Amino acid sequence: MIEGVVGNIQKFSIHDGPGIRSTLFIKGCPLICAWCHNPESISFEVQTIWQQDRCLGCGDCLSACPAQALRINESDIARDKSICRNCGECAEACPALAWKRHGYRRGTAEVITDILKDRAFYESSGGGVTLSGGEPLCQPEFSLEALSLLKYQGIHAALDTSGHASWEILERFVPLTDLFLYDIKHLDTVKHRQYMGVDNDLILSNLEKLASRAKEIWVRIPIVPGVNDDEEHILAVGDLIKRLGIKRVHLLPYHGLAENKYRKLDMTYTLGSLEPPSAEKMQQLHNILQEQHLEVHIGG
Amino acid sequence: MATQTAAREYGMNERVRRLRNQSLQTDPTLSIERAILVTEAYKQYQGKVSLPVLRALALKHLLSNKAIVINDDELIVGERGPKPQAASTFPELCCHTVEDFRVIDKREKIFFRVDEETLRQQEQVIIPFWQGKAMRDLIMDQMTQEWRDCYEAGIYTEFMEQRAPGHTVCDDKVYKNGMRDFKARIARELASLDYIADPAAYEKQEQWKAMDICCDALIIFAKRHAAEARRLAQTAAEPRRSELLQIAATCEWVPANAPRTFREALQMYWFVHLGVITELNNWDAYCPGHLDHHLFPFYKAEIEAGSLNRNEAKELVECFWVKFNNQPAPPKVGITLKESGTYTDFCNINIGGILPDGSDGVNEISYLLLEVIEDMRTLQPSTNVQISRKNPDKFVIEAAKVIREGMGFPSVFNTDSVVEELLRQGKSIEDARAGGTSGCVEVGAFGKEAYILTGYFNMVKVLEVMLNNGVDPRSGKQIGPQTGDPRNFKNLDDLLAAFEKQMQYFIDVDIRGNNVIEALYAKYMPAPFLSVLTDDCIAKGRDYNNGGARYNTRYIQFVGLGNLTDCLSSIQKHVYSDGTLDMNRLLAILKDNFEGYEKERQLFLNKTPKYGNDDDRADSLIMSMFEILYKLVNGRPTMTGGYYRVEMLPTTCHVYFGEVCGATPDGRKAKLALSEGISPVQGADKHGPTAVIKSAAKLDHQRTGGTLLNQKFSPSVLSGETGLDGLKNLIRTYFRLDGHHIQFNVVSSDTLREAQENPENYSDLIVRVAGYSDYFNNLTTEMQNEIIDRTEQQNF
Repeated sequence: MIEGVVGNIQKFSIHDGPGIRSTLFIKGCPLICAWCHNPESISFEVQTIWQQDRCLGCGDCLSACPAQALRINESDIARDKSICRNCGECAEACPALAWKRHGYRRGTAEVITDILKDRAFYESSGGGVTLSGGEPLCQPEFSLEALSLLKYQGIHAALDTSGHASWEILERFVPLTDLFLYDIKHLDTVKHRQYMGVDNDLILSNLEKLASRAKEIWVRIPIVPGVNDDEEHILAVGDLIKRLGIKRVHLLPYHGLAENKYRKLDMTYTLGSLEPPSAEKMQQLHNILQEQHLEVHIGG
Repeated sequence: MATQTAAREYGMNERVRRLRNQSLQTDPTLSIERAILVTEAYKQYQGKVSLPVLRALALKHLLSNKAIVINDDELIVGERGPKPQAASTFPELCCHTVEDFRVIDKREKIFFRVDEETLRQQEQVIIPFWQGKAMRDLIMDQMTQEWRDCYEAGIYTEFMEQRAPGHTVCDDKVYKNGMRDFKARIARELASLDYIADPAAYEKQEQWKAMDICCDALIIFAKRHAAEARRLAQTAAEPRRSELLQIAATCEWVPANAPRTFREALQMYWFVHLGVITELNNWDAYCPGHLDHHLFPFYKAEIEAGSLNRNEAKELVECFWVKFNNQPAPPKVGITLKESGTYTDFCNINIGGILPDGSDGVNEISYLLLEVIEDMRTLQPSTNVQISRKNPDKFVIEAAKVIREGMGFPSVFNTDSVVEELLRQGKSIEDARAGGTSGCVEVGAFGKEAYILTGYFNMVKVLEVMLNNGVDPRSGKQIGPQTGDPRNFKNLDDLLAAFEKQMQYFIDVDIRGNNVIEALYAKYMPAPFLSVLTDDCIAKGRDYNNGGARYNTRYIQFVGLGNLTDCLSSIQKHVYSDGTLDMNRLLAILKDNFEGYEKERQLFLNKTPKYGNDDDRADSLIMSMFEILYKLVNGRPTMTGGYYRVEMLPTTCHVYFGEVCGATPDGRKAKLALSEGISPVQGADKHGPTAVIKSAAKLDHQRTGGTLLNQKFSPSVLSGETGLDGLKNLIRTYFRLDGHHIQFNVVSSDTLREAQENPENYSDLIVRVAGYSDYFNNLTTEMQNEIIDRTEQQNF
């Protein structure tokens, strides 16, 4: 059995593939998209999150910390990151969930047992399980074993991926994945590097190869105003996926709801002032793709 | 199935709009009319005739003399009171004091305006005659000190303290028989009476005579409406003149005869409804049951004959809807008001489900009724959809669209489970399928069963008393047996054994009281009209309140299962398993209501397995608790030949029961509301609706007579086709797992908070409470807070 670092299992997911699903968030992502709404999944590590508003000031975390990395700083608690071992003893000791762990290291069998609790929902809704992240391709052995266990159980499996991995890895996912939710964020490689931190060559060449081999692919495009929402770009994406024979595309409007998560994670959110695209704008982009005879959906 | 699929016309027409506005904009008032007429009848007949005949003559006197009201624009006619929103009182059941009336008039919520003349009549006519003689007085006289102690401590409530047993539903017989047909049947029974060999001959004779008088009373009542309609027609302009003449013709025909048309069918039921709720069945759930099944044959025939179109049918149904909303439940006081603080009468119309032959029962009227609900947005009647695996997904989706509007109706029932619950209780398969759910969530064989709710039972209070060795810490009284100092318990098994002993004691005290009350009603308060409508009262010559129905069931409704489970889980984990604190310390913390112990409270809240998360560590405890209450109640005999059964529903009682309980080991502070139905404790469920459903489905619903599960959704979760599909799939899956019932509030906590701050802007905000919906503004602040605190399932 292979262990992986999991963010969490989100039940009653209805926007990550058909039916009622559980989404298994796998930690760690090679991309650094500024608008990422799962910033807790970017790091490959289990993280310890601090929520000051929940703190009772009982001091139990101070005595629990084996590295003595915590100290009371007026009404707050300060953590010396240089000596913190990220062991999670503080979260274990905290009664109020002011220290909270995000993610856990766990074996596939245990993860799948948890996922199977909602089996009745998958079966009566035509749903299943979606591996997401983070980037599930970054923990390939864990993800592959999870997928094969799901296949053994007869449960529909989707893989939500940026496509940024070597083809040798991605190829191994093809026989175990019923549906790929494949992101295209930008076709321009310079812009891709600017916003995502990596080139898009691998992503696009992987999509080409996958298109003829995968059982089913839905392309997903996050619509981020000023980044990738110009009509020519959407038209070009439409041309590409049509050429590849992909029929279904989802437009995911940017939203700023994740900003709060960045604060809790002690990360900087750079898009604070960015407004989500208007409903009219979304409809306009929707129509562009529809005119290319694609099945277009707004939202997951 | 559908005879036509005309394009839907949104919204109500102008007539309905005016009627609805009248209903909504009239302040509820208290009417002394019924009290005066009943008193006159008692003065005239009491002591001269048998009790059933006395009750029948009282009904006849009422229906022969009460004011006849035909409101402008109405197509379906008849009011219980002298005008819309005028509530009757039932002095033979509960004789209010003048002070009661003043409180009822002045109280902020669920008020009824009382004028000076009404007060004077109550003081000078009603009180002198009824004081000390009402059922409430007879009941309280008979209750033991132990019963009173428990009642005052808030261990249980008593339904029959201010209202008569009723709680049954009409089946199809009033669409196939008129009062003349019932009279003919009664005459045949009377003619065949064997006065030589049958020792019950006299009792039967009196019962049948009484039933016959009630049928006459209904016919007289209708004919008075016909006369009034003709009188109004003389001076009315067209088209109202023709409408009034048609009303007159309808009231001449029904209820004397079986209805022939869609309109007559609705008017027939409405007269029957008024008869039942005027006789006795005050705020106790009488309703037309499977209205879509009953109306469909009339609709189909008229559509085919071309005498009715879909919009006309819808207008008639909407006029019918207004009639329900015009009848607020009679005023309550004291604990009874706390357990059921609402104007609603709990009439709960069933839509969809299956037919008695087991086939899919969804028809065109089912869809039409869903449109009516969405148009009308009235508190009454309550509505539910019955979902069988045989029903099409389209029906579930259409229902989900109405649910998404956020009014809390319709609520959703699993027909296949309802049938199994009824079968387990011994109903025939046909009677089970013709049955359904009524009141809040209670199963019953419609038209054939007396299924009486006796009162709510506070399981959390029993836990508190057990933790205090039989003493109620609120009063310091020893109200339960001494089951040992919990400090000496070695493990959870010891504690559960003590809890079970306490439960046994309190349930026995409760049932002993119930048995006396049941006998008092059987003896002193027959319901001959309800008996005409309920099989097999005519065949047996026996009253509804005396075991005349084919099936007789009494329910105890258990409250606080969620808190109880989480309390046990806390004790198990922190006292017995982890040893974080000992029992002595726990008791001290509870006694101090967590003052100075916020750390421990957070530990109980955050680091304890909780029911509602699909976590077997907690869920196994709720299953054990269910086994205890089931074992102590299910199958015990009642006084009139029936059986006790269990249910899990609260109405508004979880707020009252919370008020009487101190702090609890689940982290709940003293006096806060308990959890409702089988829903998790407010905010304790952290893993979304599928986990709640999985936890709830671990209970054996089919051994109950109903369970209630509330879910609150942020509106954005259910937006779009995806959201609608998600809702449908949640319902289908819960029912696949044999869940009994689920209902939804689709409103954000932020909206509710905003409504609490600025009630004037939210006068039309309707929310789901427990087994019914109510205007948010009608709820007490405590009840509003309880709904705000429920977990809001968010978008993911």
